[in-house]
Amino acid sequence: MTVQAPDGQASPAGSAEDVLRVEHVSKQFGAVTALVDVNLHLARGEVLGLLGDNGAGKSTLLKILCGFQPPDSGKIILDGQEVTFKSVQDARAQGVDVVYQDLALIDQLSVYHNMFLNREVVRWPLLSNRVMRRQARQRLDDIGIDLTSVDTPVARLSGGQRQAIAVARSVYSNPKVLLLDEPLAAMGAKEAALILDLISDLKNRGEVSIIIVAHNYGQILEICDRINLLQHGEITFNKLSKDTSVQELNDIVIKEYRRALEERQRSA
Amino acid sequence: MSETVQRTGTTGTGPPAGQPPGNGGLNLLQRSGTVFIRQREATVFVVAVLLVIYFGFISSASSNFFTKLDIINITQIMAPIAIIAIGEVFLLICGEIDLSPGFVYLFAPFLMHYLIDYYGVTPILAIVLSLVMGLVVGLVNGFFTVTVGVPSFITTFATGFILWGLTLWTSHAQPVIPPASVEGIGHWIGTYAWSMLTWTLILVAILHVVLNYTRWGLHSIATGGNQLGARESGVNVATIKYGNFMLTAVLGAFVGLMVAFQLNTIDPSAGGFNAMFYSVTAAVIGGTALLGGSGTILGAFLGSLVLALLLDGFNLIGISANVVNMIFGAAVLAAMVANVQLARLRGAGRMS
Repeated sequence: MTVQAPDGQASPAGSAEDVLRVEHVSKQFGAVTALVDVNLHLARGEVLGLLGDNGAGKSTLLKILCGFQPPDSGKIILDGQEVTFKSVQDARAQGVDVVYQDLALIDQLSVYHNMFLNREVVRWPLLSNRVMRRQARQRLDDIGIDLTSVDTPVARLSGGQRQAIAVARSVYSNPKVLLLDEPLAAMGAKEAALILDLISDLKNRGEVSIIIVAHNYGQILEICDRINLLQHGEITFNKLSKDTSVQELNDIVIKEYRRALEERQRSA
Repeated sequence: MSETVQRTGTTGTGPPAGQPPGNGGLNLLQRSGTVFIRQREATVFVVAVLLVIYFGFISSASSNFFTKLDIINITQIMAPIAIIAIGEVFLLICGEIDLSPGFVYLFAPFLMHYLIDYYGVTPILAIVLSLVMGLVVGLVNGFFTVTVGVPSFITTFATGFILWGLTLWTSHAQPVIPPASVEGIGHWIGTYAWSMLTWTLILVAILHVVLNYTRWGLHSIATGGNQLGARESGVNVATIKYGNFMLTAVLGAFVGLMVAFQLNTIDPSAGGFNAMFYSVTAAVIGGTALLGGSGTILGAFLGSLVLALLLDGFNLIGISANVVNMIFGAAVLAAMVANVQLARLRGAGRMS
């Protein structure tokens, strides 16, 4: 396992200006070590790809970052301040929002009700549906998502459209850091393109810093500024996207896979 | 499916595919038909209209059907079913069910009678306390279901039986006449011929608005549609469920008082599982999903109307009480089949 040499912006040290810094975070589940002394940083406006195979610790790290569970040790520093997240809602309130793989969308509700769920515009006692409808439309237009109608129940949208709505909803609350969990999972090429365009729009607007958690690096390499690779709970790779390639990442992962396989065969 | 990826610009805002782009070929009748059939309540409405036509014009009962007496009778059969049904709609939508409102219905008027006749409580306070008893039962249902984690089917089955036993034990299973001192209020709750219909319409209107135009309704749908997702979004799923259990139970209590005043009898065989099943059936016929996430108050109201029309109509025709259950069962099944078929049509309409 080789930790890459520091590389400008991509140095493991990062800078004091980073919007998010994770320092020496570890997590253990009984006898299973999920994360070992993980250090990670995210510059303002940066898109970081957090890659790793199934079981590498991506989900654990994501759950710690979004407030779902606390780390055993280590610090999370948001905007220069050390923070602890009591819950997902708490993390969200402090500016870290997550878009889940299984999307917290309600199939039966319309697009705009989903976008405003629990942040409804209310003129007591009634919902201001007209205001929410207009603002949802506006927001979707702003980030370039074209839907026939914001009244459509999300059950009738495609996977890509659903993902886009979920992202749009998170962006709406102006988070400092947006975590995307497998945003392209089980998506066709056209759908994936929709989401990649959306992420690159957000990046160009520079309003939000993004961590994309994924196992398929081929799809997201282009959109990310920098790539971190997580293997066996450790960050083993940290390079700017322009300094690496699908080929290199492939080689690392396959080499690791072979090594693990041999180890298993030896112990069998 | 009309799942297309659309991004920036050109397409998307035109009429749905399948309809001609210019609306020259589409006449008004056809279009209003499409709009109508897209309403979820449309199917049960059609069934209700067909029943009115059958009993009012075709069957041997037609001469008696449109009389004032019979119409009042229909509303008095419908009201208890409808009022509990609209509570059940909220519970079914958020993914739960209440089997106990029929027993809150049973116990509430007895409690009122005990409070007035044995404890000297003033009539208005006795009525309020009987309704509060409903709220407490709902709270208990919510506690065991939401906080302890017992499935609502079991929780409410148990509380139902407890209330049943409590009522029969305390009343010695004897019917009583409502206390004379409560007659004045009772007139407005259930004795006056049109009071039951009036209460039904008021409650249906209020809860229709609550379901469709308030946060409570929206969060109930979110809770039943995707409980995890709703919780992720910060919806207080527990509060929603507690509230809807309490709503259903207090409506059950109100119905109990209403029926006691209407019949001028507090009857130890009133309510029960029958009352609950009529209501759940009405809600489901009206288009509420048994598995949560969707439902309509107007649908439940119309579903209750369908059941009331069937019960009243068969009675008018003079079908023997022994046979009526069979026919009623078959008719409910037929109504539901018609509903499912029309819903399929509606689905097709939506996709095109």
